[in-house]
Amino acid sequence: MTHSTSTDTALSDSHSQIRAQFPTLSQMLGDYPLCYLDTAATSQKPQSVLDAMAQYYLNDNANVHRAAHQLSARATSSYEKVRDELQGFINAKRREEIIFTHGTTESINLVAYGLTPQIAAGDLILIDTAAHHANIVPWQELAKRTGAIIKPIPLDKDCRLDRHAYQVLLALKPKVVALCHVSNALGTVNPVVELVQQAKAQGAITLVDGAQAVAHLSLDMAAIDCDFYVFSGHKMYGPTGIGVLYGRFDKLDLLTPLLTGGEMIKRVSFDGTEFGSLPNRLETGTPPISEVIGLGAAIRFLQQHLTPDVQAHEAELLQYLQQQLRALGDVHLYAAHSDNLGAVAFNLGDEHHQDVGILLDQQGVAVRCGHHCAMPLMQSLNLKGCCRASIGIYTNKADIDRFIAALASVKELLL
Amino acid sequence: MTLPIMPAATEFDYSVEDSSSLLARFEQAPNWQERYRQIMLLGKTLPSLADEFRIEAAQVKGCESDAWLYHIERDAKHYFLADSDARIVKGLIGLLLSACHGKQSDEILAFDPSTYFKQLGLEGQLSPSRTNGLHALAKAMIDAVKP
Repeated sequence: MTHSTSTDTALSDSHSQIRAQFPTLSQMLGDYPLCYLDTAATSQKPQSVLDAMAQYYLNDNANVHRAAHQLSARATSSYEKVRDELQGFINAKRREEIIFTHGTTESINLVAYGLTPQIAAGDLILIDTAAHHANIVPWQELAKRTGAIIKPIPLDKDCRLDRHAYQVLLALKPKVVALCHVSNALGTVNPVVELVQQAKAQGAITLVDGAQAVAHLSLDMAAIDCDFYVFSGHKMYGPTGIGVLYGRFDKLDLLTPLLTGGEMIKRVSFDGTEFGSLPNRLETGTPPISEVIGLGAAIRFLQQHLTPDVQAHEAELLQYLQQQLRALGDVHLYAAHSDNLGAVAFNLGDEHHQDVGILLDQQGVAVRCGHHCAMPLMQSLNLKGCCRASIGIYTNKADIDRFIAALASVKELLL
Repeated sequence: MTLPIMPAATEFDYSVEDSSSLLARFEQAPNWQERYRQIMLLGKTLPSLADEFRIEAAQVKGCESDAWLYHIERDAKHYFLADSDARIVKGLIGLLLSACHGKQSDEILAFDPSTYFKQLGLEGQLSPSRTNGLHALAKAMIDAVKP
């Protein structure tokens, strides 16, 4: 990094203040301080998120949308306020375009199931090779139900989506194109604005998995212009058990509900039932109320702290991580580009990723080791698996240095 | 275990370090580095499974790495052949073999992996929530000798 200036010092002070809001991070694991580099699996939670959820249970606990009493009115208003906040957070046109789900996986399932009547035998579904299993398996099930055909969009030699192959596949007029915004295993970033535009020009319905983007980027649905965008609360400093399905109103309104029951209906009789309107039509049953309220606090946290300066700091930190891994020697990096976000995938020499993970864990370092729920991607890299170190808004240079020192000890033991 | 193929009976003829001498050595280990160095050395002393025996039917589920286990009974004693593509996991298997290989049913059924790994200073590795598969391997060895 460059020499310290007063701006750097100011940034470093404000960064320590950000980190101090995450209670989990200041703990010892045996003789070692926790070095948490598994944010891509789940992020830690700031105190404000924990407080918001506790506040709801301590003061406002009641079911929503049944506001015959004051508590329920309070709960409903906090809950629905988060929908408005999300609309602003991702720049959606209407609040009804925000559907609360239990996570990215459920969001994709809602879309893949909901499209069933619109898909016919022989229709083509294109899937990004870098996709997480959550963005593969629901489409395979849709193909089973309808006789549609799935084709993977291959990667080029740099592990980026192969733009030429993409054009060739788009010329086949696919019905659906499923992309990831940021690869969970590698941290590579897709130019989603262009990819979506090209897919839509061929008449495809587009879905973008933003699970690994939302904690690092400012999202703008008007700019990305996809039909569906999905993400999880727990990867953006919010609670587990809450996710978001954004959909363009007309596309969302055509989805067949995957789950049916209370809340989503207008009228029920034994002669027939009429479904309600968006967003409730796709949100049956009692929703995860405290999680939605926690997500609201996470959004406010990000709006306050994920400034362009902090985004630049995260990008610098990831590059520093890549550099230090290269400098250590005997480390294979996979698709470690300078414009990646959040994560770096690596193996140490020919050592098994699990051995490396066990020995890092001995030193308080938390990384993910395995196939990262992206087996097709691992197959295309000809890997059984790898280790992934991933950073978040709270990660600092000391974390990276500690991790590199721990990996140096592992190297000494294994090589 | 009924498996489509089995290694030759002679492959099971190898001796393992006695678990009490293992324990003595691990008690002297000053730090985690030394413990894991010992684990990997132990793994090196074990026989390897040829590729033809690294089959899915012999795989122990619950391991992030691949691990395979074969078992035979001879003269009322139990013999195991096990391997993993991860070195530390293979060493951890070696710790289990010291307690079980060449032993009688009652000894193996009385074997308590959690006490054993605690004595070795490795209790954290045995949890079923770990992906190293050690819990599954210990269970598979004990299940193999159950009548």
